[in-house]
Parts: sequence; structure tokens; C-alpha cells
Amino acid sequence: MKVLVPVKRVIDYNVKVRVKADGSGVDLANVKMSMNPFDEIAVEEAIRLKEKGVATEVVVVSIGVKQAQETLRTALAMGADRAILIEATADVHTDIEPLAVAKLLAGVIKEEAPGLVLAGKQAIDNDMNATGQMLSALLGWSQATFVSELAIDGDKAVVTREVDGGLQTISVKMPTIVTVDLRLNEPRYASLPNIMKAKAKPLAIKTPADYGVDVAPRLTVVKTTEPAGRKAGVKVASVEELIAKLKDEAGVI
Amino acid sequence: MHFGLTEEQQMIVDATRAFVENELFPHELAVERSGHLPLELIKEIQKKAIAAGLYAANMPAEVGGAGLDTLSWLLYEKELGRANYALHWTCVARPSNILLAGNAEQREQYLMPCIRGETWDCLAMTEPGAGSDLRGMKASARQDGDDWVLNGTKHFISHVDLAGFAICFMATGEEDTPRGPKKKITAFFVDKGTKGFTVRDGYRNVSHRGYTNGILEFDDCRLNKRQILGEVHKGFEVANSWLGATRLQVASTCLGRAERALGHAISYAAERKQFGQQIGKFQGISFKLADMAMELKAAELLTREAAWKYDQGTVTEADMSMAKLKATEVLAMVADEAIQIHGGMGLMDELPLERIWRDARVERIWEGTSEIQRHIISRELLRPYGA
Ligand SMILES: Cc1cc2nc3c(=O)[nH]c(=O)nc-3n(C[C@H](O)[C@H](O)[C@H](O)COP(=O)(O)OP(=O)(O)OC[C@H]3O[C@@H](n4cnc5c(N)ncnc54)[C@H](O)[C@@H]3O)c2cc1C
Ligand SMILES: Cc1cc2nc3c(=O)[nH]c(=O)nc-3n(C[C@H](O)[C@H](O)[C@H](O)COP(=O)(O)OP(=O)(O)OC[C@H]3O[C@@H](n4cnc5c(N)ncnc54)[C@H](O)[C@@H]3O)c2cc1C
Repeated sequence: MKVLVPVKRVIDYNVKVRVKADGSGVDLANVKMSMNPFDEIAVEEAIRLKEKGVATEVVVVSIGVKQAQETLRTALAMGADRAILIEATADVHTDIEPLAVAKLLAGVIKEEAPGLVLAGKQAIDNDMNATGQMLSALLGWSQATFVSELAIDGDKAVVTREVDGGLQTISVKMPTIVTVDLRLNEPRYASLPNIMKAKAKPLAIKTPADYGVDVAPRLTVVKTTEPAGRKAGVKVASVEELIAKLKDEAGVI
Repeated sequence: MHFGLTEEQQMIVDATRAFVENELFPHELAVERSGHLPLELIKEIQKKAIAAGLYAANMPAEVGGAGLDTLSWLLYEKELGRANYALHWTCVARPSNILLAGNAEQREQYLMPCIRGETWDCLAMTEPGAGSDLRGMKASARQDGDDWVLNGTKHFISHVDLAGFAICFMATGEEDTPRGPKKKITAFFVDKGTKGFTVRDGYRNVSHRGYTNGILEFDDCRLNKRQILGEVHKGFEVANSWLGATRLQVASTCLGRAERALGHAISYAAERKQFGQQIGKFQGISFKLADMAMELKAAELLTREAAWKYDQGTVTEADMSMAKLKATEVLAMVADEAIQIHGGMGLMDELPLERIWRDARVERIWEGTSEIQRHIISRELLRPYGA
């Protein structure tokens, strides 16, 4: 079984984010970029499936600027076999929207015919949480989102989902789209020997035209603002007062 | 000329940094405060470092290393160098290159267990009476049939407590040179437990808590000639051809710590307010930061250039000495100024600055003192003129 893992290049989670002066978005010029952490978890899970003999090949796909090659090389260094880059824009500030990404992935899936797509539940830059679901609709495949446990059982995937009320275990028919949550696994470090070997692994470069997809944005960003600064705290005199405030003012207990 | 890092080099930096920050930093304070690195902790981190392919990554691919070019190797060293020395040196060990000089049998017996993390190596040159002037050493080996008999004392020998063996440089003769009589030197592998070979605890020093050095004593210690590394009387040549790059390794680890200290200084200067404003707005502070950043960059460029020339086969002794000298002196300056910018807080061990400052001190002494580096550089300038 082939596993396809889409990976997105996003601003590194350690970077102190700055809003651009014109409010059109976050300043990404000369900032450290990394693989979306949820996608890292998806890559790790795919590699583990291969190590267990469940998967035969792990293909990673990224859609965006040509620098996303670095993100793909990281996935190859972790252990993915092959990479596809769809160069969809030359501007680091252009975010390809979930629907365009889903359409492009649907195109890749038609060619590659994977048995399983493992994606991050959301990208930490725009927090859309939409690509996996849209892809499932476009393909007419089953989907399982927010996954914290995954087992492949013949033509079924048994997954545990993190839902508001707790954990839900469901069984979905393969091929399927699984979007992964934080607690699925702990991704490995790319090892130095594998980093050196990653250079020799194939990385194909495509364009949206190859899949007949128009990636022009449909959404308009009206304004971007920094989160409000933290307000000064208050001191309480006793535990009783703290509990009273939590109950009456904060309403959390 | 190209100054950027390749994609792989950037990935090496990122992977090594992530490991250092996640696996080494959390243990620093305990090691610093106790002055001790427990064996169980070493084994635990070592296992992860081996899994991450970071262990012994300085070695060529054919013996299980990462097969890095010199610049890539030094970028990895720089990231490791950010952490407490005992932690990175022991848990993510880089066996000495000189082990590659051994014959097939010696590689199997000494190099491979170091790469697999089963033991550690150590190198014994310095003696109480011979530091910078190695060819004035007194510890000696005398041939007796197929055997060699070792006598004398070595001190300041790093990591000998953990090491399974020591590579010992012993005087095996004397020759006349234009600069007076000099010892001929031969290198030997000496296993722990060999009769006549004793290891004693060394001194406690100001730098690198959790790390130890020891004293080696040889009292009619008898070795078979199979224990010779390289050729008889060629120990100095073996050391020169395999250990030259250790100066670049020292330079790189210093750059890592200097960068860490500078990072702390910048963010503190941007956050700390006195007299109603961020202290970074006072020129007294901001100009310090400018000088620290500039000096650090100068040191880094010297190191990178030497690394590049090393792979081109054009590096000179002076190139490597300049890199070591500059990086170690810049670290001392940056660490000192970073503390100054932090005021009293800079001295407290909640921050890594006081130890970066302490640790900086040894770097200007080992692997050739600053004076010896200046001697090497000036010799290259003056020798062509017969001075
Ligand atoms: C913590 C620590 C760990 C060490 N680990 C090891 C190890 O693992 N293995 C090992 O073999 N050694 C080790 N060393 C020894 C180290 O390499 C020596 O300390 C170093 O070479 C200097 O020798 P010395 O201390 O005897 O000083 P000396 O050589 O006695 O120097 C004293 C002073 O004289 C100066 N000086 C000497 N010659 C000249 C000259 N020609 N011109 C101008 N100035 C000169 C020096 O620069 C220095 O300032 C270690 C040292 C330390 C401190
Ligand atoms: C071991 C120790 C013992 C101490 N004991 C006592 C004690 O017993 N009682 C007590 O009251 N205090 C004590 N102190 C506090 C000590 O007096 C302060 O640390 C010192 O005054 C500096 O203040 P700070 O640490 O808050 O640094 P800050 O004042 O925050 O200074 C940070 C940096 O900004 C610089 N800076 C600040 N203002 C300016 C400016 N206008 N222009 C340019 N640069 C500026 C400083 O020079 C410094 O480099 C002690 C400190 C230490 C480390």
C-alpha cells in the first residue's frame, strides 16, 4: 500500500510572529520556516506503517513556493521515499487556499493511487482545518479526522478520534483520508546519515497547470492584528477568594 | 564565492539543534549544580543520539558515521557546542579522528566500539613538565624484543575515567634539530587494566562541570608492538595529520556557545526596562551588542573559510590557528559582555551565562594556548624571510 502525505511549509512555531505594517498578513521575509508540526506527525506515522510492513512506499507532496523543497527534503530525511513539489506561487506571502490544495491533491491522488492519505489536522499558520475534509468530498472517499490512534486492518482503518467529549473509535473503509492530531506519535529526528542520503531521493517538480487547477485566491484578508497583550493580573488574599473569583467572575468552575 | 548553507547543511543544523535543545538542555542545570554526569543518564541520551544518527557523526560513512564534509561537520559541532560540554561530549561523542589512523585490527578493536557507543577514547600527550612543548616530554617507551616498556606520567587527560583505553604519546628517542635536541615520539594504544598502568583522579577545574580529567602513571608498563598506532618515532606526524582539524572543532563549539550567549543578551536588552525604557535603547548597551555580533561573525567567517579550504586541501596551519584563536577569544568577550548586559542576573545559574563565561576560560588554553596559536601564525609570516 502506498501512503501519501501532504506537508506544508509554515512559519516555525518558535518564531515570534510579527504582523506586516500594512496589516495584510504576517511578515514572512527572512523568518525561519519549518514543516507544519501536524504534518510531521503524519510523516512519522507513514514511516512507522512502512517499518511495520503495512505500507510499501511513502510519498510526500508540498504545494507552495519553491523553497518548500526544503520541507520535502526534511520529510525524505525522516524516511519518506519520494517527493512531489507543486510550485503554485513565487511569493512567500501567498497562502494557497484549502480548496485549491485539495483539488491539486486530488489530481496527485488520481496519478499515484495511494491506499491511504495521512495529513495534518490543520496548518499552524492559517488554522483552517479544511484540506483533509475537502479532499475527502472531492474524491468521495471516507475520512477520519483528529486521529490519535491508527490501525490498518485489511480494507479498513480503525481510528481513535479526539472529539470534544473524549475519545471516539470508528472504523472507516479504505482508501481513506486520515487527519492526525498531536497525540498520535512523537516524530523522530531526521538523522544525519539520512539527511545526506535524502539528496539522492527523487523529487519531482510540477505546476498547478499540470493538474488543470486554478489556484487564484477566492478569499480576501480584510485585516490582520496582533493578539491583545496580556492584562495585568490580580493578587488574591486566600484560597477561598481564589475559588470565589474562579466561580463568580471567571465562571470556570 | 558562496557563503550560504546548502539545503542539507541547513537540515543538519536544524536536526542537531532540535536534539540539543530537547535532549541536552533539560539536564544542564542538574549537571552544573552537582558537577556530575551519571552513567544512567549518559546511556539514556546516548541511545537517542545513536537513533538520531548524531552519535559519532564526525566519522566517515564507511565506518558508520555521517560522512560529512568539513563545513557540515563543523556546523554540527557548533550546535552541539551550545550545550554543557560534559553532556554533549559524552552523550553525543565524536571519537577522535586519529583512531582512523589505526590498521584494520586496531580499527575493529578501538574505533568501532567508540562509534557504537560501547566505550570512549582519550588522548594523552601532556605531562606535568611538558605542555606546549610536547617534544620536550619525559614519559618514555623503551623497546625490549617484541615488547615496549612504558614509564612516566601524563596529566590533564580528559575523559580518561570513562574511556576504555588511552592513546598515549611517549618519547622513544631524541634527534638533533636546528632548534636543539627534540624527542622522537611514538603513539601507543594502552588498555585500561594493563599491568603497570594506573589512572588517578585529576584536578577540579573552573570550566565544564560534569567533565573530568585524570592522571596517568606508567610503571614498567609492558605492551606488545601491536599496540603501536602508526609507525615507531612517527607519533608526532600521526598527531599532526589527524588532529589538525580539532582546532576547528574547538572553534566551532565556541561559536555555538557565543551565539547562545548573544541570543540571551539581545532578548534581555529588548525586554529589560530601567529608567523608563528598554536598556537596549541605551547606547552603552546597544553598541556592546553591535560589537559582539560583529566579532562573532568575524570568528565564524574565519572558521568557515578554514573549513572550506580544508576540503580543498589548501588549508594552512595559520588558517586553523586563526580560527581557533579568534573564536575562543570572541567567546570570552561575548560571554563577559552578555553577563554585563544582564546585570546581577547574569551571574546567577538560572541562566546559562555564568557557566558559558567559566567554560570559555579553558578554550584559550587547551588544543594549543592562544600564545602557541599566535606563534604558529607569526611563524608562517616570518619563516619565508628567515626570521
Ligand atoms: C581542562 C583541561 C583538559 C585537558 N585535556 C587534555 C587531554 O585530554 N590530553 C592532553 O594531552 N592534554 C590535555 N590538556 C592539556 C593542554 O593541552 C595543555 O594544558 C596545554 O597544551 C598547555 O600546556 P600547559 O598547561 O602545560 O601550559 P604551558 O605549556 O606550561 O604554558 C604556560 C604558559 O606559557 C605560554 N607558553 C608556552 N610556550 C610558549 C611559547 N613558545 N611562546 C609564548 N608563550 C608560551 C603558554 O601559552 C602559557 O600561557 C588539558 C588541559 C586542560 C586545562
Ligand atoms: C551577588 C550580588 C549581590 C548583591 N547584593 C545586593 C544587596 O545586598 N543589596 C541590594 O540592594 N542589591 C544587591 N545586589 C544588586 C546590585 O546592586 C544590582 O545587581 C546592580 O545595581 C545592577 O542592577 P541590576 O542587576 O538590576 O541590572 P540592571 O540595572 O537591570 O542593568 C542591566 C544592564 O543595563 C545597564 N544599564 C542600566 N541603566 C543604564 C543606563 N541608563 N545607561 C546605560 N546602561 C544602563 C547596566 O549597566 C547593565 O549592564 C547584588 C547583586 C549581586 C549580583
